[in-house]
Amino acid sequence: MRLTLHVWRQASASKPGRMERYDAPDVNEDMSFLEMLDVLNEKLIAEHKEPIAFEHDCREGICGSCGFMINGMAHGPQRGTTVCQLHMRHFKDGDVLYLEPWRATAFPVLKDLVVDRGAFDRIVASGGYVSVRTGSAPDGNAIPVPKESADRAMDAAACIACGACVAACPNASAALFTGAKISHLSHLPQGQAERSRRALRMVRQLSIEEFGSCTNIGECEAACPKSIRLEVIATMNRDHLKASFATRGESQSAAGE
Amino acid sequence: MQLDSKIPTGPIEQAWERAKFDMKLVNPANKRKFNIIVVGSGLAGGSAAASLGELGYNVKCFCFQDSPRRAHSIAAQGGINAAKNYQNDGDSIYRLFYDTVKGGDFRAREYNVYRLAQVSVNIIDQCVAQGVPFAREYGGALANRSFGGAQVSRTFYARGQTGQQLLLGAYQALEAQVDSGRVKMITRTEMLDLVIVNGRARGIVTRDLVTGKIETHAADAVVLATGGYGNVFYLSTNAKGSNCTAIWRAHKRGAAFANPCFTQIHPTCIPVSGEYQSKLTLMSESLRNDGRIWVPKQAGDKRSPRDIPEAERDYYLERRYPSFGNLVPRDVASRAAKAVCDEGRGVGETGLGVYLDFAESIQRLGRHAIEERYGNLFEMYNRITGEDPYTVPMRIYPAIHYTMGGLWVDYQLMSTIPGMFVLGEANFSDHGANRLGASALMQGLSDGYFVIPYTLGNYLASTKLEKVDTSAPEFAAAVAEVNDRVSRLLSIKGNRTVASFHRELGKIIWDYCGMARNAEGLTKAIGRVQELREEFWKNLNVPGSGEDMNQQLEGAGRVADFLELGELMCRDALQRKESCGGHFREEYQTEEGEALRDDENYQYAAAWEYAGENAEPILHKEPLEFHYVHPAQRSYK
Ligand SMILES: Cc1cc2nc3c(=O)[nH]c(=O)nc-3n(C[C@H](O)[C@H](O)[C@H](O)COP(=O)(O)OP(=O)(O)OC[C@H]3O[C@@H](n4cnc5c(N)ncnc54)[C@H](O)[C@@H]3O)c2cc1C
Ligand code: FES
Repeated sequence: MRLTLHVWRQASASKPGRMERYDAPDVNEDMSFLEMLDVLNEKLIAEHKEPIAFEHDCREGICGSCGFMINGMAHGPQRGTTVCQLHMRHFKDGDVLYLEPWRATAFPVLKDLVVDRGAFDRIVASGGYVSVRTGSAPDGNAIPVPKESADRAMDAAACIACGACVAACPNASAALFTGAKISHLSHLPQGQAERSRRALRMVRQLSIEEFGSCTNIGECEAACPKSIRLEVIATMNRDHLKASFATRGESQSAAGE
Repeated sequence: MQLDSKIPTGPIEQAWERAKFDMKLVNPANKRKFNIIVVGSGLAGGSAAASLGELGYNVKCFCFQDSPRRAHSIAAQGGINAAKNYQNDGDSIYRLFYDTVKGGDFRAREYNVYRLAQVSVNIIDQCVAQGVPFAREYGGALANRSFGGAQVSRTFYARGQTGQQLLLGAYQALEAQVDSGRVKMITRTEMLDLVIVNGRARGIVTRDLVTGKIETHAADAVVLATGGYGNVFYLSTNAKGSNCTAIWRAHKRGAAFANPCFTQIHPTCIPVSGEYQSKLTLMSESLRNDGRIWVPKQAGDKRSPRDIPEAERDYYLERRYPSFGNLVPRDVASRAAKAVCDEGRGVGETGLGVYLDFAESIQRLGRHAIEERYGNLFEMYNRITGEDPYTVPMRIYPAIHYTMGGLWVDYQLMSTIPGMFVLGEANFSDHGANRLGASALMQGLSDGYFVIPYTLGNYLASTKLEKVDTSAPEFAAAVAEVNDRVSRLLSIKGNRTVASFHRELGKIIWDYCGMARNAEGLTKAIGRVQELREEFWKNLNVPGSGEDMNQQLEGAGRVADFLELGELMCRDALQRKESCGGHFREEYQTEEGEALRDDENYQYAAAWEYAGENAEPILHKEPLEFHYVHPAQRSYK
């Protein structure tokens, strides 16, 4: 099949960008979307042009490196699929595709389709963990975890931090990402001791990073390649509210620490 | 070059305890005065950086991805082994030790493997405490599954995303240390050289992958945890960015490279579909618990699998290996698949595939049970091939997956360069000539959480280190070399892309140094790799400049190193005139076509010393001794 691509080209963070048009003449339906771009890039290099920069690593839908908008949809039209796992059999001859990077103040564009998602690491650093010194853990079976809780924790922990939720949200909110981590740890007995601190600090970091606030639109859930459910945001809000009440009276910053 | 493996003596059961007691300790107040560089943030590097930060060292950790959480470890699916014996099925530390030594075809160090089996139990405890959501039974206890090469159920898992969950555990611990200020995480940065001052590793040279800036970092010790080199084959199950640059640069600076030809072919991957193919996708080995592998009895049988009656199918693993059946180790399963395809009985369009069939399990356990166990893998298969494995058997074929070889390290995980330690898949590891499934995650975390925190301290406390910073002339010299190489790559302006060279290299190595090897082919491959390397430096086309993000330039540097390592792999395979584990020399096999080891002449680890450009590398041998598990021909019949 033959496709026409319009791709966002931007040399670096400080330079302006624009859409450019490319022809992809021999697209095989068994190719992945990124393989289609590889072939296009090989052609560009042969013509002594700069290939399109896009991020990728595992190409198995698990590392969260890849991701861009295809015709306004994060990771493209197939539900529950990262762009590296999206195959060309879902497109047809003559299709015109617009490829753009994630757009959010918190995710500045570095080059072409590559953005800086460092804010996600800082959110995790602010509290998305259980503090346990190496070697000091009790036996793995010492604390039974009901299968139901373990399953729900795993559902939330499946997040790959690709950023599609932020890109899909009209407010550029990172509530789904943050809620997923809070929810994962809140469902487990191991996550209880730091539960309040975690919610307070992670939510505070969200606003420091200039993500927008969540107004329950739900686009994030639809765009998430791992089908993380909106209920993780409810868990985050509940944990945050409870923690805020519990620490009322103490100074805000002390509560945050 | 001297190989001193520092293997303890005395009873193996207490060896690690004794070694730990004999190690010197760094005074807690002094730890923050030591600067440590950790290159790599996968299971090995991430767990090491987190644990060292927690102890109070001043750590800088590097990765080339945009976040430490994206290291290749994230892709591990199946699980992690530990000798917990929670299933009460006869497992023990000794049995895990025994299985690993035997599975590695008697080419690993017994004392290292025993330590690995011992700490395996601590790893599970640590990860559970971090909140890793391992699979549970209804009663709330941890669940287990079986993996190849073992007759007990000792594999812990988190659906089909075990690597992801373990890595997120390590990553979260790492980020907690970043928050506390003890670890500085430097992402999108690639190590391009190692700096040695007065014979000791004292720093690295890096390139910022966003700005192109070449930078230097000094330290009291350098830890490499940069993963395996499977991408030398171009098509592999590794992430696209996985590379050998860090270990290869260190090799050229004096670190011995051990057993480079010991590479693992995984039996269950999705077969290649076309020229444009950029990587291969693994279907977890755990599928072999419930899937049955078969091909038609008749060569050239093109009927659809459902139309082939039971009597005309050959469940060749069950037939040849009745006691392990579909769960034989990877090397055995891979070779058996190649054998049936060579006979013309392979399936699919290319004839390079065998069936992995779930029909019987679905009938016995119900679709729901299979969905619970493998749902995400089935989905992934469907997404890639467009076929539904619930109704049509999967087609699978072996693919390169893991590298047992790597930088030589002693029992303390230190390389032949003092002050440089190597962890995880990057070292020549504890897996001998073949790694058992679910043991790489175990080894990475063992090295990072439980070994390096002791052995690094021992090195620092027992070594007198002069003050060194990046103004030392050795840093400037290394930077000049790096700059020179980058500008050479950019200035060739030839006609072939990085990918085209990489693909050709991969094909040479796969054809001659893959599942089956022989002297003639290996000799030919060495010549072809040399020619290709020569052409690479004359005819490569890297667009753009070195002053900003340039993914082609990154790739070019990595392929340049693969072109050198590929030759060493062939040399290593050529000198080892025996078959063992993943190294199968056609000249050396039993009448039944099984690997034929030669313990009298080849019971050693081959450690190669770099001798300079265009000079033949020098082979050193570390003899292996077996006091506990006696070498015998592996039998899985
Ligand atoms: C698809 C797949 C499935 C697997 N499943 C299993 C399984 O179920 N069980 C099991 O036990 N094993 C499994 N394995 C093997 C296992 O995942 C790996 O061996 C292991 O994760 C390697 O971990 P590591 O920490 O050594 O390296 P990696 O995870 O590869 O990490 C390497 C790190 O080094 C960094 N790096 C590399 N080069 C440089 C450089 N030059 N400069 C700066 N940074 C650099 C990278 O950024 C990264 O952070 C699987 C492997 C694959 C491919
Ligand atoms: S490349 Fe890893 S998720 Fe797409």
